Amino acid sequence: MIKNEGFSRCFHCGEDCGSSIILFDEKQFCCSGCQTVYEILSGSNSSEYYNLTDHPGMKTAFPELGKRFDFLDNEEIKQEILDFSDNGVSRVKFFIPSIHCSSCIWLLENLHRLNEGIMHSTVHFTKKEAAFTFRDSEISLRGLVELLASVNYAPYISLESVDKSSKKKINRDVYYRLGVAGFCFGNIMLFSFPSYLAIDDTVEQFIRQNFGILNILLGIPVAFYSGSGFFISAYKGLKKRFISIDLPIAIGILALFFRSVYEILSGTGPGFMDSLAGLMFFLLIGKWYQGLTYQALSFERDYRSYFPVAVTLISGKGEESILPLKHLKTGMRILVRNNELIPADAILVKGEGSIDYSFVSGESDPVKKTEGQRIFAGGKQSGPAIELIIEKEVTQSKLTELWNQKPGHEERHNNWESLIDVISRFFTAVVLILALVTGVAWWFIDPSRAALVVTAILIVACPCALAMTLPFSFGGAMRVFGRNGFYVKRSSVVESLSRINTVVLDKTGTLTKSNDFDANLDHLLVDEASFNLLRSLVRHSTHPMSVAVYQALPNAPALPVTGFTEHLSKGVEGTVGGHHVKLGSGEFVLGRLPGGTPAGSLFVSVDGTPSGYIILKHKYREGMRDVLISMGRKYELHLLSGDNDAELPALLEFFPSADHLNFNQTPVDKLNYVRKLRGEGKKVMMIGDGLNDAGALYESDCGISIADDVYHFSPSCDAILEARQFRKLSTFLKFSKISRRLVIMSMSFSFFYNIIGLSFAISGNLTPIVSAILMPLSSVSVITLITVATYLASARTKLNITYPV
Amino acid sequence: MNVILILVAFSLIVALIGLGAFFWSVRSGQYDDPYGSSVRILFEDEKPRDAEESAPVQGNTENPSNQK
Repeated sequence: MIKNEGFSRCFHCGEDCGSSIILFDEKQFCCSGCQTVYEILSGSNSSEYYNLTDHPGMKTAFPELGKRFDFLDNEEIKQEILDFSDNGVSRVKFFIPSIHCSSCIWLLENLHRLNEGIMHSTVHFTKKEAAFTFRDSEISLRGLVELLASVNYAPYISLESVDKSSKKKINRDVYYRLGVAGFCFGNIMLFSFPSYLAIDDTVEQFIRQNFGILNILLGIPVAFYSGSGFFISAYKGLKKRFISIDLPIAIGILALFFRSVYEILSGTGPGFMDSLAGLMFFLLIGKWYQGLTYQALSFERDYRSYFPVAVTLISGKGEESILPLKHLKTGMRILVRNNELIPADAILVKGEGSIDYSFVSGESDPVKKTEGQRIFAGGKQSGPAIELIIEKEVTQSKLTELWNQKPGHEERHNNWESLIDVISRFFTAVVLILALVTGVAWWFIDPSRAALVVTAILIVACPCALAMTLPFSFGGAMRVFGRNGFYVKRSSVVESLSRINTVVLDKTGTLTKSNDFDANLDHLLVDEASFNLLRSLVRHSTHPMSVAVYQALPNAPALPVTGFTEHLSKGVEGTVGGHHVKLGSGEFVLGRLPGGTPAGSLFVSVDGTPSGYIILKHKYREGMRDVLISMGRKYELHLLSGDNDAELPALLEFFPSADHLNFNQTPVDKLNYVRKLRGEGKKVMMIGDGLNDAGALYESDCGISIADDVYHFSPSCDAILEARQFRKLSTFLKFSKISRRLVIMSMSFSFFYNIIGLSFAISGNLTPIVSAILMPLSSVSVITLITVATYLASARTKLNITYPV
Repeated sequence: MNVILILVAFSLIVALIGLGAFFWSVRSGQYDDPYGSSVRILFEDEKPRDAEESAPVQGNTENPSNQK
């Protein structure tokens, strides 16, 4: 192992190798984890992995496998996870969040190179899923998972993945409907062609009659198979006394179909089947585009996707065994190892608890617990293993109750009607009245044509272009957001965003980074020379706190360290330049609980002499200042923090008044605060990260959860924002407003087409050929207009249009 | 005139075969993961060239193409 100074990229993961490069096989690696993966892959003739993409790997802290996947040997759990197992061959599907490039697909689909027991593997990239078929005699389920973990593709196995009922079937309906509509569209166009050429003789008459019949036959599946979704949704809307955009569409389809059938059978005209098929084809393209969402992300997570599948049970005799979580009962004694989750409210009976509640509260400093104290579910032990006795069952724990108190999802978001609802109601009313008035008027002019004019109005008023507007404008915005690390649940969330006037922020984990600190050295009582002792010591630790201390200390050549030890969640120690240096918590360094120093302080001792402390504060996110200032101009800002008010002076300048800054807030306080704001008629957007914000996120008009890794757990919300894109937040809000303006613009555009069409219809001059030109023209021009405008808008707001590599 | 009708019937049958092929492709999952398929087609075909290092590729190893 050779260490080197300078900047270079890790061959595996592409990250800066920093000051300690590992050279192996003439390639540079940033850590032994990356090197190990390279070794495994190159040893099994899988170097193709590195040829497909530069630096395809992912850097992860390499946790010891140890007993992490022991539970997969449990027969009951195995049966629940496996999709299928018969005759010594099993099949399993995993969600693997680290799938991100073509090399990943290649490696996972060539996994049989690493282990011959794997017969076949298939990756579903969009869902970040991989399915494996393997021979039980050669590799066990646990062996497979450990193999995946060893090359850094550890599957995400949670309670949710065991629950088969939550697995969704793929819905390919829209493809079939689109296929049928497209097929009929093409053929009907062909059969309608003779009628476009106004030739009149007896032979042509014969062809027209037969082609007309064919058109009817082809029109039936278009109207009643491809179009069935519109009828169903219009009917459902009517049942709830609600007029949706699908109602005028359904009326239009029926008018088109029956008028055409009448014309063809009575021989009075060629019918409008070509318009019907074209309309349906375009409408379904809109539906398909609207349905494209982020399949690998989950916006509806509950505790089940966060909780483990099994726990380690300790029997009366002290023997360890694996127990599926659903069998966990009160009074049972369980073992929780480092980095494992506490699944239910329990009492600590053995060991020293250091519980990281960062997910529940957003606070990342571990909480110390001693024997006999109660520990709530949802925390993670960071330190040596502890033993607990369960007090409450999983479903009754405090954490799970947070989820269970929520009302059903459908009752949400009734604060306003969406733009399209308002317009379609207005539109339907106008069209129906117009049809009625014209019908009556024609009754007096020429009763024989009244019915024809009324159906012509219903046909031409069918709001095809209007229905295309929303999927393509908000859907386009959704895609632009996604390329910039902001994932919205569905395109209608973009509309919610555009209507926001109040923004509520969480502090810890939202405005601040959860794993990055600023170190304050003012209270460090050592001389300059000792600074380097400390710096050389922390250089060997990758813990975020050590990194912060390292960066704060003045630069100097590093000294060699002997006897370096890192104690989990306590601190580090080692001998540097003949001095024994310790850095860490008060208990670890001083041997007692310190008083009078701020929380999150690190203590220092040199040769056993206490030498002051370093105060660590969470760093604010990059660009927070700009984001808050630019949002403050347009929105009313509020802050809700579970912490004390130490940061009040630093944050006050961004908020209109101190009343808007609220500290020491419990999850329920947060929820009530948002509810109160909404009660005042404000449109509230809430941004938070932890479970303690879940209630408030849910209560708000638009809840955004911010996450370092969007594929890992985040509370249920409307949108997930990648933490490093936080600085773009105000741009996203601005873009949503531009999108909304685009919608209004293209709606006026499609109204313009409708007015032209209506003027033909009312005067009784709507011929099939006019409608066959007008309908596709309006749809195509509206889609083009929106797509180009969205593209221009994203260029102007400097949002990426292409995927970042 | 019958000629045209025969031709029309024939063209409809051909088009229906196309529609059937489309249905088959949807059912077999070809539209589920457009990115994966776009990448997979560029992978090198498996060659039994790794004889010197690891065990030879087994005869019954399935082709890595994506048909379920």
